[in-house]
Amino acid sequence: MKIHEYQAKELFAQYDIPINEGKVCYTVDEVIETYKSYNMLTVVKAQVHVGGRGKAGGVKLANTLEKATTAANNILGMDIKGHKVEKVLVAKAADIEKEYYVGYINDRNTKSAILMVSKEGGVDIEQVAAETPEKIFRYAIDPAMGMPDYLAREIAFKLFDDIKHVRQAAVIFQKLYKLYVEKDATLAEINPMILTPDEKVLAIDAKMTFDDNALYRHPEIEELREADENEKIELFAKSKGFSFVKLDGDIGCMVNGAGLAMATMDMIKLYGGEPANFLDIGGSSNPQKVVDAMNLLLEDKNVKVVMINIFGGITRCDDVARGLITAMEQIKTDIPVVVRLTGTNDKEGQAILRGTDFHAVETMSEAAQKAIELTQS
Amino acid sequence: MSILINKETKLIVQGITGRDGSFHATRMKAEGTNVVGGVSPGKGGQNIEGIPVFNTVKDAVEATGADTSIIFVPAGFAKDAMMEAADAGLKLVITITEGVPTADVIAALPSLQKSGTKMIGPNCPGLISPGQSMIGIMPPNIFSEGNVGLISRSGTLTYEVVNHLTKNGMGQTTCVGIGGDPVAGLYFIDLLEMYENDPDTEAIVVIGEIGGDAEERTAAYIKEHITKPVVAFIAGQTAPPGKQMGHAGAIISSGSGTAEEKIAAFQAAGVDVAKEPGEIPALLKKRMN
Repeated sequence: MKIHEYQAKELFAQYDIPINEGKVCYTVDEVIETYKSYNMLTVVKAQVHVGGRGKAGGVKLANTLEKATTAANNILGMDIKGHKVEKVLVAKAADIEKEYYVGYINDRNTKSAILMVSKEGGVDIEQVAAETPEKIFRYAIDPAMGMPDYLAREIAFKLFDDIKHVRQAAVIFQKLYKLYVEKDATLAEINPMILTPDEKVLAIDAKMTFDDNALYRHPEIEELREADENEKIELFAKSKGFSFVKLDGDIGCMVNGAGLAMATMDMIKLYGGEPANFLDIGGSSNPQKVVDAMNLLLEDKNVKVVMINIFGGITRCDDVARGLITAMEQIKTDIPVVVRLTGTNDKEGQAILRGTDFHAVETMSEAAQKAIELTQS
Repeated sequence: MSILINKETKLIVQGITGRDGSFHATRMKAEGTNVVGGVSPGKGGQNIEGIPVFNTVKDAVEATGADTSIIFVPAGFAKDAMMEAADAGLKLVITITEGVPTADVIAALPSLQKSGTKMIGPNCPGLISPGQSMIGIMPPNIFSEGNVGLISRSGTLTYEVVNHLTKNGMGQTTCVGIGGDPVAGLYFIDLLEMYENDPDTEAIVVIGEIGGDAEERTAAYIKEHITKPVVAFIAGQTAPPGKQMGHAGAIISSGSGTAEEKIAAFQAAGVDVAKEPGEIPALLKKRMN
């Protein structure tokens, strides 16, 4: 689960991680009021669940009321990579002597949390990783040991020479680790952490994501959820037991299993079509599941054809076929439906579908080709 | 031959009295797997379709000589179940449970390492050595005995591929579903090494997907260490960045973990990458001649 920068900074504040003061604003008037109360150089930052805000014009400095108003007018309502900006963070701009990168993530290779730090802060860290990987220092953290003082200091010495700065950074590493572990985060990033001319180390940006699998034990994090339009659809799908991601194509996909669902989308693309979505409906032949999934797909007005790809394993294909027929009796639609059933009792399943309105095919590639053909008719 | 499990494998089921645990315990038994016991705290002394239930894993191991366990407990209890299996000294643990917090897996792994217990999963379909033993939730009838080894991050996509293999007369030594989570037990490289050393495995299929860089590391390993032919398939070429595609681990983060990078890495290592699952048997045949 993603949260906004202003929310991550609230968590930082709870854990005594130094940040620059700021306030979230939903209207131009609120921005003006906040600027007046600070009456200094401020930064107005779009709050959206996507990176690259600065490049998209979603982050502006303002040193006059007029500039703050212009920034608020421009940024609020702006579209950043398909995300509409509904709120901004107005924060006191800090003087920057130097910028650093600090980030905790879970690492597949060491099978642990790792801390990554770099003197190349304030820029896209993936670019640093790709071009100059030697400028990023990585430390795998033993979960039993955590982040003891000596280790935090040792890592801080990679960024600073002066012990006064090292001590401040080490404390930030420890507090951020505590926050990361206690809240089951999957990312806790400060980019940049800065050194100010008066020798303070603080976080002027904050990014956190959380483990969806662990939200059950963190209701206070679940409360921070602010879903945008696409995320709302995905959450609705989740409440039905599905995994769903909307795309821009015209072939709606319904598949059992995440890997097969991805392979199905790829297959459509391979034969020259465009998938409208990723949808994993999980196991079982329950007709209600198919009804719910069809309703979800048909909400997308771009969908011209639905392609159902089911591997019948423990759930036999003949049961799945009967479930599909029952489901379609409840849904009134002219949209053509291509069905591909394979696995246990597939011949029986295909026989049941013959003579119905379904376009029943045997292989995934046939299904993709048939679906594409139907979008063109 | 096979890897990890065979006719001798003695299995216990942790969470045997739950809906999934009891259903799959009886299915595995019907397939000929030596299901020697189950564990469910407070239900020791009962039995499920003739399988004795114990209160603790230690009790089950002492009474039955089990060396392997499969875990079906709910996600919130999985960490504890993994640690209990490790503490009882089991050789292999297969965690089927999905939705386990990543921090719990990270916390349990040191215990497993200390006892030398190997783990597959979590969030996986398990593994099968056709004709010998099935420890998992897969449909057994699509598998057949033979000499192809398979490793996959997915469930139904694995079945899709296996179905193509079996229909083309290409049976399997062992098929392992390593699971779709970001942090898991045995991974591609560990299993490739086992297949390389298994005399009956003549070729290997690797099914990867977007997210992380395990496939890239695997490609580098294959180039250095694997002499047997390897064919790969990568799912998620059309996945948008920043979106989790069902599996918790299947996400393209800041432009890395894409299917293109993984395919390029495999090709650079001399591994044939199938464009679609149905192409895999033909690519294997070409390499096995």
